[in-house]
Amino acid sequence: MKLTFTQQILAAKKGMNAAQAERQLAPGNLILVDVDTAMSNDVTAPVAIDVFEGSGCALCNKDNVTFVLDHFTPNRDIKSAQQCKRVRDFARAHGVKNFFDVGEMGIEHALLPEKGIAKPWAVMIGADSHTCTYGALGAFSTGVGSTDIAGIMMSGKIWLKVPAAIKFELSGKLQKGVSGKDLILHIIGMIGVDGALYKSIEFAGEGVKSLSMDDRFTVCNMAIECGAKNGVFPIDEKTDEYTKESTGKTFPRFEEADDEAYERVIKIDLDKLAPTVAFPHLPSNTRPVGEVKEEIAVDQVVIGSCTNGRLSDLAEAARVLKGRKVKKGVRVIVIPATNKIYLQAMEKGYIKTFIEGGAIVSTPTCGPCLGGHMGILASGEVAVATTNRNFIGRMGAKDSYIYLASPATAMASAIAGRLIGEKGLEE
Amino acid sequence: MIKGRVFKFGDDIDTDVIVPATYLSTFDPKELAKHCMEYTHPDFYKTVKEGDIVVAGKNFGCGSSREHAPIALKGCGVSIVIAKSFARIFYRNALNIGLYILECPQAVDNIKDGDTVSVDVNTGVVTNESTGKSFQAASFPKFIQEIIACGGLVEAIKSGKYTD
Repeated sequence: MKLTFTQQILAAKKGMNAAQAERQLAPGNLILVDVDTAMSNDVTAPVAIDVFEGSGCALCNKDNVTFVLDHFTPNRDIKSAQQCKRVRDFARAHGVKNFFDVGEMGIEHALLPEKGIAKPWAVMIGADSHTCTYGALGAFSTGVGSTDIAGIMMSGKIWLKVPAAIKFELSGKLQKGVSGKDLILHIIGMIGVDGALYKSIEFAGEGVKSLSMDDRFTVCNMAIECGAKNGVFPIDEKTDEYTKESTGKTFPRFEEADDEAYERVIKIDLDKLAPTVAFPHLPSNTRPVGEVKEEIAVDQVVIGSCTNGRLSDLAEAARVLKGRKVKKGVRVIVIPATNKIYLQAMEKGYIKTFIEGGAIVSTPTCGPCLGGHMGILASGEVAVATTNRNFIGRMGAKDSYIYLASPATAMASAIAGRLIGEKGLEE
Repeated sequence: MIKGRVFKFGDDIDTDVIVPATYLSTFDPKELAKHCMEYTHPDFYKTVKEGDIVVAGKNFGCGSSREHAPIALKGCGVSIVIAKSFARIFYRNALNIGLYILECPQAVDNIKDGDTVSVDVNTGVVTNESTGKSFQAASFPKFIQEIIACGGLVEAIKSGKYTD
């Protein structure tokens, strides 16, 4: 097969056979595509709604519009409350059924897969850069801005440049204590924050099997942090298991793509992958945590976000904390990404472990990840976070410092009170 | 023809730097403008004037999808951003809201902070008035030229020319 996974999805959407797609979906071609889901949140939806209403057009399809109020919710201030109300009123007026408010909401990129809205072969467009998450399920999904969402509300379609692609050929398997977060941080460190600019990153090889769905979500979630348009995993038994629960169905597989379909093939041996951390102020500023020799004292630890707020992330953090305490003076904030995950974590005893160990547990929200609320950093403070960006001022003061890590590394650091891997904790 | 004073920035200027997320509970251009670049270049908002030009290195606008970033730049009066390359969401957002952008690595390498630059947006010719040197920026594909000619995405869709 000469088409990448991304091209195969776009071809299916355009009703093209392989020969047509090879001609018409060459990398760099600009195309219009029907959109299955156009998602926006409490930050981006109000802008989209304003632009849409200003256009005077009718809503093209209320069933392909999804709103999730997750960034500054539960409303952090009056301005945020007004923003949420704007979206709530619009959803009600137009009968938008995929509207998720406090009580039903979760962090959008954990919620949409869970609800079966994000699924294999779908074209998912979101006014949030981490929309690329759903590629874990074999969807084409990418982030855009609010006016693009308004454009989909008007026309049902979006313009896209067909991306060239980089293939990551995975061999071996993830070792204990090493996760999808370590893999994607390793990749970003290797190719840089614009290493895949305008491109797809696609995953293949035997090693894919050892990645859980949650690992795959984390990997695709951070595709944007190396500039990628989207990330895609093959559809396999793990995908089937997930979609049976979320949609009641399984989906056809992609055809394996020849290496020639890719601009570049990069091989990664998962057996050799070590827990990895990104130093301030770029996600590409990575080092294996075991090689960090300097003493970096930690003020706050955040375990959550669209990157790492899923059940297996909480399981990892709880596994490391079990029978231990977080160091006095370290503020540890755990944020399950959806209510369903929260409930499952409660049933499995993780929440008890967190609270007994000295952490707090919050309702689902993006909150501190983007410096919104629920854990803002003061000047000079240091956080180890399972979030996705460590840009200047991302979690609060412009002179605060964020180290991006896996849930296991973040919790180990919470216990030690300094940046450390789980292995370092045991020594 | 655009002409203005240049504010020059480096590589990988992210959207959290262009407008920090804590200010995203509004999308009023004048409000957002007050916080544009405030963490890294606190004087930018105070000194930038209507028509001025931002010149930057590679991957300008990386990070979040917030349209608030190009809105804030527009709100400051910035007439155009010239960069070596743009992060893809920023690229779309700028075109969609009618903020001019151009990719021109040679121009970026030959323009200093404080230079006066003129840009012919129809031909993509960038001239550094301070040195007299001119540079040709990459042209946009036809499909995107039509979006720009219509004045942004919404007008392009309404014009009926939104086909591939």
